[in-house]
Parts: sequence; C-alpha cells; structure tokens
Amino acid sequence: MDVNTSLIIPIAFSMLAVRWMRQLLDLPTRLPRLNRLLDFIWAPGVALLVLSYGWDSNLLDEVYQLFVFGVVLYVLLRCQDYRPARTMMLALAPFVAYSLIELLVAFFGKSLLKSYNEVFDTSQGFTIIWLVTFVLIARNQKKHLERERLEREKEVQEKRRIEAENSQLERMVAERTATLTQQAQELQHALDELKTTQDQLIQSEKMASLGELTAGIAHEIQNPLNFVTNFSDVSAELVQELLEEQQRPDRDPDLEAELLADLKQNLEKITHHGQRAASIVRGMLEHSRQSSGERQPTDVNTLADEYLRLAYHGLRAKNKAFNATINTFFDPSVGKIEAVSQDLGRVLLNLFTNAFYAVQKRQETAGAGFVPTVGVTTRRNAAGDVEIRVRDNGTGIAEEVRQKIFQPFFTTKPTGEGTGLGLSLSYDIVTKGHGGTLDVDSEVNQGTEFIITLPS
Amino acid sequence: MKILVVDDEMDVRTLFEQRFRREIRNGQFSFSFAYSGEEALDYLHAHASEVVLILSDINMPGMSGLELLRHIREEYPAPPPPQVMMITAYGDQDSHDQALRLGADDFLTKPVDFVALKAKLAAMETHEN
Repeated sequence: MDVNTSLIIPIAFSMLAVRWMRQLLDLPTRLPRLNRLLDFIWAPGVALLVLSYGWDSNLLDEVYQLFVFGVVLYVLLRCQDYRPARTMMLALAPFVAYSLIELLVAFFGKSLLKSYNEVFDTSQGFTIIWLVTFVLIARNQKKHLERERLEREKEVQEKRRIEAENSQLERMVAERTATLTQQAQELQHALDELKTTQDQLIQSEKMASLGELTAGIAHEIQNPLNFVTNFSDVSAELVQELLEEQQRPDRDPDLEAELLADLKQNLEKITHHGQRAASIVRGMLEHSRQSSGERQPTDVNTLADEYLRLAYHGLRAKNKAFNATINTFFDPSVGKIEAVSQDLGRVLLNLFTNAFYAVQKRQETAGAGFVPTVGVTTRRNAAGDVEIRVRDNGTGIAEEVRQKIFQPFFTTKPTGEGTGLGLSLSYDIVTKGHGGTLDVDSEVNQGTEFIITLPS
Repeated sequence: MKILVVDDEMDVRTLFEQRFRREIRNGQFSFSFAYSGEEALDYLHAHASEVVLILSDINMPGMSGLELLRHIREEYPAPPPPQVMMITAYGDQDSHDQALRLGADDFLTKPVDFVALKAKLAAMETHEN
C-alpha cells in the first residue's frame, strides 16, 4: 500500500476541528472570509497525500497535523478578544508545543525519542488532559457568554419595548391633554355664557317683580297725589275766604288767624304727600336699577313698611276682591343697619309677595271665617342682631317642598307666574350679600314664617 | 246731618273738616271719622241712629269697605237704613258692580270731587227734609 493512509485521520480530524471551531467561535459572522477559506482545510492534506504517493513517510501526518494546529491557532489569535478563544489557545498551547517537539525530535534525534520514551508519553498524556480540560472550560465559557448575550438581548428588547410603550404613552398623554384643554376651554366658554345668562335672569326677575308691583306703585303714588290735589284746592278756597274776610269792614282777626294756621298746615301736608310720592318713585327706580352692591345705613323698619305696602297693593291690583289684615310691629331699637337697601328690599318684597300669595290661595278654599293675615315684626335679638319676621296664615309649605324652596328655578306657582328665582336670590342676598341667615318655619294650612337675621 | 267718614288715611279728616268748614260751622253737617272698617262698626254700634250717611273707602287694611258695607246692610236693615257711599282709588267695574250689588247708594272715585260731593249731599239733605 503506497498511499499514506495515516494522513486520512488528520484530514478527517481537521475537518472536524474546523466544524467545531466554527460552532465555538461563531466564525461565519466573526470572520466570514477566513471561514470560507477553512472549507479547504483538507486541501493541504490531500495535496500531501498526492505528493507523497510512492514516498513512504510516517511523519507526513504529523506535519499536516501541525499545520492544522497552526491554522487553528491563527484563527484563535484572530478571535483573541473572544474569551473562549483565548482559553482555547491556552488549551492547545502545550499540546501543540509537545507535537512540535515530538516532530523535531522525530526528525533529528530518533534515539532521543527512544531513551525518553516514558517522559514523552507522560507529557503527551498531560497535554491531552490539559487540552480536554480547557476545551471543556472554553465550552462552558461560551455557554456562559451565550447566556449572558441572550440575557442582554432580552434586556435590550425589553428596554426597546418599554421605550416604545413610553413614547406611545407620551403620545396618548399629549392627545388627552389637548382634548382636556379643549374641553376646559369649552367649559369656560359655557360657564361665561351661563354667568351672563344668570345676570340677565336676575335682572329680568327684578323687572318681573317690578311689573307685578306696577299697580301697587300706581296706587301708592295716587294716594299722596290725591292729597296734594285736594289740599291745594282747599287751600285756594281758604285763601279766597281770607281775601273776602279782609274786604269786610268788621274783620274777624280770630277767623283770619285760623285760616292762616290751616293754610300753613295744608302747605305742610302738601309737602309731606309730595315727598311721599317722590320717595315711592325713588324706591321704584332704586329697585329697577342694577344693585351697586354697596352697603349703606338702611332703616330696616321703613324699608319693610314700604315694600309691605307695595306687595299688598300689587296683589290687590290683580285681585280686587282680595283683602288682608296686616299686622306690623316695628321695634324702634332696630334703627339703621349697614345693608344694600335695593337688595334687602327685593328680599322683603319677595317674602311679602309670597305671603300674600299664600293667604290668597288659602282663602280660595277656606271658609268665610278665614281672615287672611300677613305680619311683619322687627326686633333686635339677644345677640344684638336684627331680626325680620315675615309671617302669614296661608297655605303653608309641605316638608318635601320646604327642602327645595331655596333652589333656583323651583316654584310651585303655575308656569308663567313665578320665575322660581325669588327665594333663591333672596337666600343669596341674605347669606352671601349680608352674612345673615334666612330660615323658614311652616305648617301646612296653618301658615309660614320667614326669619331674616342680619348681623349689625 | 251726621256723616261718618271711613278711611285709613288720617289726613282725610283734615281735608273734610276744611272742605266743609262752612257747613260744619253753621251746623249743616257734622262729621265723625273712623280709620278702619272695624272702628266704623264700633262707632255705628254706639251711634247707629244718629248716622245718616256713611262715606267709606273700599281699600283698607283689615276689613275692607265692601265688607263693612255688607255688615251695615245685614245689621241695620231697619228703615230708614243709612245711606252708604263707597269711595275707591281703583275705579274698576268689578268693584263698582260689587258695591252696588251689596247695596251701596253711590260709588265715587278718588280723588274725590268735593264740588260734586257737596251737591250730592245738599240734594240728599233736601230730600230728607
């Protein structure tokens, strides 16, 4: 047999080594060009096999083997920044050195080989154990690194996912913020509109209550005007009588003095009733004007009396047959308090109008013995606060209705008769405007009492 | 002739006393005054037979003039019943009709035309006599 069969094993081994190296070092991605070259690791072996045809040498396989080791070491050197590669270099180094020495000894001193046969055998055994041990270590390192790499990849992936989610969230937040901002603007707009509407409603409620009062006001003005007319007429008569008396030869000085005294009195009455009419007109104008909101010393008794009359005549104008007993008790010690008189007037007007409405309603069903009665009492209570009580013996307010009477737009009157703003505005004026309280005490078919308490 | 004037306005008294100063002075008329329906009834209870004419305002707190009229017609039907004239600031048809239905003899509106009132009273007096 001329073929160096001993080469077959190293060739096969070299191919195995390449395969294994590729796997360990991941050559296709790390060193792609070298990797392709490694496909031809068998070529030198086959070339040696062909060249050595007919030339028997048992050293060829050793040479080729060294060549393969050289290649492997070169590859490992190229991959030295990869830890398993370095371990592999460490693993191979003794074995390669041993093989080199063995080859050199085989070339140059066969005798040396024989005499140190045991040393060589021991060394070979040692290098092989060394090799195997470090190969295993290298494999472990690779596995470990692989695991680390996978973990890192996973971490990176996780991080990317979180980043993606974050940006998604940020986009959503931005969108939501934009929507909310828009909504807030719309709400603000709606609120502004509502406020405007409320102001208009308050004003129109005021005008509506003024409308109800027109007849009452007309009556209240008519009365003093009648007196002005009548006293002027009668004064003209007195003057005429006085002139006639002066023409007479026997003048009566007592009569003249009496006439003059009456004239003086009449002029005072004319002034008084003229001022009475003027004050009603002033009150009406004040009521219709937008409240200045400024507190001024206000005579509570006068204010209550004025609005009580207005409310009474206002109702009488609509229902001529209606008549009510009015009880007033004005405590002079109440005097003047700091208040917004237009606003407080509205409250009183409201309470009086309601009181008259309630007694009128009860009269519709009650028997002939029923005497509609509305009363107002003022006093200073124990704490020194001013108390105004508006009392009626009307229909009363049921418990379930009582809880709602101060709510805006709540009314028990038929549609078109009440705005439902009267009591809610009154409540605001007393509590927010004057820091007082507005309480109600009522019993169905017995009557109602509203109590305004104002700190002074 | 005794006349009872019923009105819640105090100054009505001064006005009537001055307007009728001559008639009062020469004893033609004598006036009494009441400031509410209730007061008027009290007065009538004491002086029923004396009063010939009652002049009453309709619009008064408490008992209204119309109620007073009803009471008078119920309590004093005996002949001759007192004459009752209603006076109101609201010259509306409703009150007018109601007053006449309840037995008012006349219906006047404020401001009172004293010249016309004097003429009416004078006519009544001659009729009485």
